[in-house]
Amino acid sequence: MARIYLDNNATTPVRQEVAEAVAGMLKGCYGNPSTLYCIGQEAHVSLEHARDVMAGVLGANRDEIIFTSGGTESDNIAVFGVARAMRKKGNHIITTKFEHHAVLNPCKALEKDGWSVTYLPVGPEGVVEPSDVERAITDKTVLISIMHANNEVGTVQPIAEIGKIAKARKITFHTDAVQSFAKLPIKVDEMGIDLLSASSHKIYGPKGVGLLYVRKGTKIMPIMYGGHQERSLRPGTENVPGIVGFGKATELMDAEREAEEARLVGMRDRLWEELSKKIPHIKLHGHPTKRLAGTLNIGFEFVEGESLILRLDEYGICVASGSACTSDALEPSHVLSALGIPPEGSHGALRFSLGRENTESDVDKLIEVLPKVVDDLRSFSPLYKEYLRNQKAAAG
Amino acid sequence: MGYSEKVMDHFKSPRNVGEMKDPDGIGKVGNPVCGDIMELYIKVEDEIIVDAKFQTFGCGAAIATSSMVTEMVKGKKLDDALGISNAMVAEALGGLPPIKMHCSVLAEEALKSAITDYRNKKKG
Repeated sequence: MARIYLDNNATTPVRQEVAEAVAGMLKGCYGNPSTLYCIGQEAHVSLEHARDVMAGVLGANRDEIIFTSGGTESDNIAVFGVARAMRKKGNHIITTKFEHHAVLNPCKALEKDGWSVTYLPVGPEGVVEPSDVERAITDKTVLISIMHANNEVGTVQPIAEIGKIAKARKITFHTDAVQSFAKLPIKVDEMGIDLLSASSHKIYGPKGVGLLYVRKGTKIMPIMYGGHQERSLRPGTENVPGIVGFGKATELMDAEREAEEARLVGMRDRLWEELSKKIPHIKLHGHPTKRLAGTLNIGFEFVEGESLILRLDEYGICVASGSACTSDALEPSHVLSALGIPPEGSHGALRFSLGRENTESDVDKLIEVLPKVVDDLRSFSPLYKEYLRNQKAAAG
Repeated sequence: MGYSEKVMDHFKSPRNVGEMKDPDGIGKVGNPVCGDIMELYIKVEDEIIVDAKFQTFGCGAAIATSSMVTEMVKGKKLDDALGISNAMVAEALGGLPPIKMHCSVLAEEALKSAITDYRNKKKG
């Protein structure tokens, strides 16, 4: 059965050219980049080429790019690394309620250690107010960490405005750009960014590799110790094949960025338009326009997310949900809660994240199948029955 | 998720779905905040459950356990039906992932609630 993969915010298929680049490195370039002889230097050249690609995309210097094992590690280095370096100056961090857990959980760990963290609200549309950031700043604030684009609802934050505020107050500004790197234009100088996390497997690269941009002069300490690789901020023999794959994936994404954005927005908006015509009692979660090109999060009343996912899977359609049943903690999505959506609303939420392999016919198939699936689940939903009873009573 | 084949079967083709005209007992459990709601309807004749139907809002396990419990009770004497535990429902489904066992508890509670409702109606 043909598969329709609509969960590109979770991970992405590795592109052909990237897989070939990685395989080539695995087979033909095994050297340790820190060694002096030819085999090591070949690896070193490939590593540094990837570094140059990243620096170019971000408008950074090559020695401001650190390669890591992924977005989660980059976020951890940013939060713990700055906290360690700045503890004598202050103990306050500003972030948002709907960051990825790779930022939230380090913050929670720091709170147990005497740190104070302000988790800013994001409003019903999922966009943080720069004035809220400014108001939260105290003389003990040493880090502001605000994600560029949210992974669940796709909303894009006003990073440049926040960067300006951070710069004026001389506070280190980190942004988790895992969902936006190589998709939205990012120039670290223009946007006042000091630290930035990115991840390979969100842009059709291999898993297990990411980057942390660290502006020269940023006070930050490592969270792991060993040799001197990656400016001693992230020691360990580099994952050269993975990094080369990440570099290739980035090059390709950056070249296609604008055309791909337009294509995805067209498909995403058509999907929303058609579904809202064909399925009653649904709600868009997040800002109507300030979102990643491929992300669409919809709440379906009276039905539950996991059962929607399993039913769609029968048609080969892969999507994600914000329902408690689909989380390991059996709690509804903290992102949807941050938008003020009650648990009942989260349970029926589905996230569709379109990507470069999706076509108009994928959208057509979803438009054809989803109304039937929702209807069927509603047909034996006690919540829907109750709604119909109330409608009848109100009319009669 | 790691659902067994039987769970997936009951989820894809749930048995005894729907409403019942004049049910003799109704069991309603769960709430929208936690994300699982089950309504179980039973028809009783001579203290035997002759028919059972359900409506459920919830995940794959919630729908499968509702479906299975309605199959298990049909033809049973009320007291025998009261002996059906959540573990028995889970076992009949070939097991459930630990994180989903609470759905089988809900099914057991819905059944007990329906029988209690029937007995209260009979008294009153």
